[in-house]
Amino acid sequence: MALLEVAQIRRAFGGLLALDNVSFQVQPGQIKGVIGPNGAGKTTLFNIIAGALRPHAGAVRFAGRDLTGLRPFQIAARGVSRTFQKPSLFLRLSVLENVMVGRHVRTRRGFLACALALPAQRREEQAIRAAALQQLERFQLAADADRPVGDLSFGNRRLVELARALATEPRLLLLDEPASGLNTRETDDLAREIRRIRDSGITVLLVEHDMSLVMEVCDEILALNFGTPIAEGPPAAIRNHPRVVEVYLGGQV
Amino acid sequence: MPDVMQLLLQHAFSGITLGSIYAVVAIGFNIVYSTTGVLNFAQGEFVMLGGMTAVTLAAFTPLPVAIAGAVLLAGLCGAGLELALFRPLRRHSTLHMIIITIGLSIVIRDAALHIWDEKVRALPYFTGDEVSSVRLLGAAISPQVLWVLGTVGLLVLVLHVFYRHTLAGRAMRACASNPEAALLVGIDTANMRTLAFALSAALGGLGGCVISPISMTAYDMGAGLAIKGFAGAILGGLGHPMGAVVGGLLVGLAESYSVLSGIPAAYKDATAFAILLAALFLRPHGLFGSPERESLKEL
Amino acid sequence: MRRLPLLLPVAICAALLTGLQLALSAAGLQSYLNEAIIAAYHAIVVLGLCLLMGYAGQISLGHGAFFALGGYTSAVLTTAPLSAARDSGWVRGLRLAGALVEREDLYGAQILTVAPGAAFLAALLLTLAVALLIGYPALRLRGHYLAMATLGFGLIVYRLLLGTDWTGSADGISNVPPWHLGCGLTVSGRPAYRVQNFYIAWGLCLLTLALLLRLAHSRIGRALRAIHEHEAAADAMGIPTAALKLRVFVLSALLAAGAGSLLTHYHRGIYPSAADATQSVRYVALVAAGGMANLWGALLVSATLNFLSLRGVFGSYDHAVFGALLILIVSLAPQGPFQPLAERLARRRRARKEAAHGAA
Repeated sequence: MALLEVAQIRRAFGGLLALDNVSFQVQPGQIKGVIGPNGAGKTTLFNIIAGALRPHAGAVRFAGRDLTGLRPFQIAARGVSRTFQKPSLFLRLSVLENVMVGRHVRTRRGFLACALALPAQRREEQAIRAAALQQLERFQLAADADRPVGDLSFGNRRLVELARALATEPRLLLLDEPASGLNTRETDDLAREIRRIRDSGITVLLVEHDMSLVMEVCDEILALNFGTPIAEGPPAAIRNHPRVVEVYLGGQV
Repeated sequence: MPDVMQLLLQHAFSGITLGSIYAVVAIGFNIVYSTTGVLNFAQGEFVMLGGMTAVTLAAFTPLPVAIAGAVLLAGLCGAGLELALFRPLRRHSTLHMIIITIGLSIVIRDAALHIWDEKVRALPYFTGDEVSSVRLLGAAISPQVLWVLGTVGLLVLVLHVFYRHTLAGRAMRACASNPEAALLVGIDTANMRTLAFALSAALGGLGGCVISPISMTAYDMGAGLAIKGFAGAILGGLGHPMGAVVGGLLVGLAESYSVLSGIPAAYKDATAFAILLAALFLRPHGLFGSPERESLKEL
Repeated sequence: MRRLPLLLPVAICAALLTGLQLALSAAGLQSYLNEAIIAAYHAIVVLGLCLLMGYAGQISLGHGAFFALGGYTSAVLTTAPLSAARDSGWVRGLRLAGALVEREDLYGAQILTVAPGAAFLAALLLTLAVALLIGYPALRLRGHYLAMATLGFGLIVYRLLLGTDWTGSADGISNVPPWHLGCGLTVSGRPAYRVQNFYIAWGLCLLTLALLLRLAHSRIGRALRAIHEHEAAADAMGIPTAALKLRVFVLSALLAAGAGSLLTHYHRGIYPSAADATQSVRYVALVAAGGMANLWGALLVSATLNFLSLRGVFGSYDHAVFGALLILIVSLAPQGPFQPLAERLARRRRARKEAAHGAA
């Protein structure tokens, strides 16, 4: 059974049809990529899957259960996490605290327990800290744990965002243009990271402009243009697909 | 004319009279908000300053000169505040700007208290006096009401012409629409912002002068006016010029008619505030605004 | 990790306050305790507002209304004579529940009123209802809209209190009885009780501080700050933003109402000005001046400025001082006057840790 099922999604903004009858599936353990020129509707699609936008028609199903119309935090609780295209770290929190926020959805102590510092809450807090440090360690950022997150380099900040999303223990990870702003070496590191994430059992769906990354890392690719799917298949098939070539290069090569 | 009609008409006139002043405040809010993105909580204070200054000047100059002087001073005050306070502080977050303008309104009010004391003042009626009355559509109203309606009506017309047909007006609209693009085409956005503040302050001052004979001028009238003006601006759709006028008038009418609906007179003021809440909760984009434009706006 | 226990400064503060009280009493300056007590209760309101504004990032220009709601509920219930309805069913029911008390009024007559303890509970329940009612729609708004909505709410409450007969109209309610808490403690403004009221007020204030400090340093506090920094990202990370904002709003409203109720018993009365926009704006000014997300800052600035204000140090410029404070602090030091110091300490601690790592 497909882990993520997107069925006939339609979304308009005023008079502009951003997504028109988009359907596809993501199989468990896959790394799937979504490509398309600017304005193709990729971020809109992501926002709909993650619950930040409602579709005007169609449905999104995750592990067989309907996600359409749920709020983002409910979707996160179900096991879908995401990163953002624009920087979205909590700037006035430290690096560690940013990742600790990722643990919120898997922890429970409420107002009373926290205000009274009950033993169960103290234990949970230690567990949160340990789990967050562990995430930082896998990205070699543990030494920067207490620094304000704004002090880090751009590439490292992107890694903190990734660590934060992973701290939510997702089954499906949505990466929104993870390579934007990264140089070649950092992009190679990113490719390796994405594969490691998949190998740890998390399915990945990513939106990306960087063709080399997409071709290298994805098992399957969906190409969109003006809100409609134009091709879907493994990288080799997409690379040579006539419509994809036409849309990206404006005609026969 | 039957008594009920008389009563309704009487209330209608008092409603649009006060509503015109709320409309002036609402217009002032809009001008500043659309050009600078700042919601100036101190907007109501300019109405107060206009009235107070005019009263002081009227003691030794003819009334028209006093009013002109007050309007000019209010405008300069607005410009001065923009230069001294808002220009250097533009980078601050919305939360901070709100707090700063609130602080400003408090300081202005306290300064007014110390300059003029807490006595209520009033300008003399422009024509006639407090007992003269004119018949209009069968209702007996004070000639001052005609001055208020006439002045505000003229103001709206002049603004309309200013925005559509003068270079400065179009430049301000450009700033409101897209500040970066305006900068790129050579519009001095900083000066446009100063102009916006000066304009809204001058308008407020004029409103304060013209309403002074009817509802008096007191050092603490600013806060209530600001809220009611804001209610009008929200009701009409923030940033929408015609909306401010309609919204302000509606608030005034609702306040006036609330007395008839059985709400105790002591709660009359609360009516305007309740309208504000209802507008914010049910239709924050107002009568003339669009919901999508609101959600895209960076608040 | 050799970090100081979070509540150690609270204990130190308690010790200092005790010392202060002993010194003032010894010097015959016990009357100063009066302003200190009032400042403590207002500080409770400011602390709650600090959690809402500084941590969760939601502005409220109407917290004076919650303070007044608490105070007025206590005042009305403990002064309204129920003697006439003595034999009706609900009065007898309340009597059985222990919610009523027979006492002597100002003129020596015997009257039956609600007991202060029961009135306090009623005040909290009413505030809970109102806060939920207002908070639910209001917190869906942002920035200017939220500010105006809360301001509008506060003004409506003010106008209603000002214009209603049975809340005393412009005169407010006086002759509110003292509250006998048991164990020999009484909330009352009489000089005989001054010293114990100092400890009651500051004890409650420091307790509030301790609880809120713990809350701020827990997953809830982090979630609130996340909402403040980037609400969409917080939502995506599984934080129920709307529900959390509402809960903090209600908590801060309850704190304000509780303080209002207690202060009403201390003052023996309450007046509409407590709900005025001026008062609400003052609370905001104090939170901003303390550094927004800084509970200690809020407490220190609030206690100091309120104490000075109450003693009349600012004279007739009282309002202007708070207004100017708002402008100055927020424009010059938006993170509060203590932030530069806090940052320097944090940097030094980090440098020491890095040096220790390097040496190892």
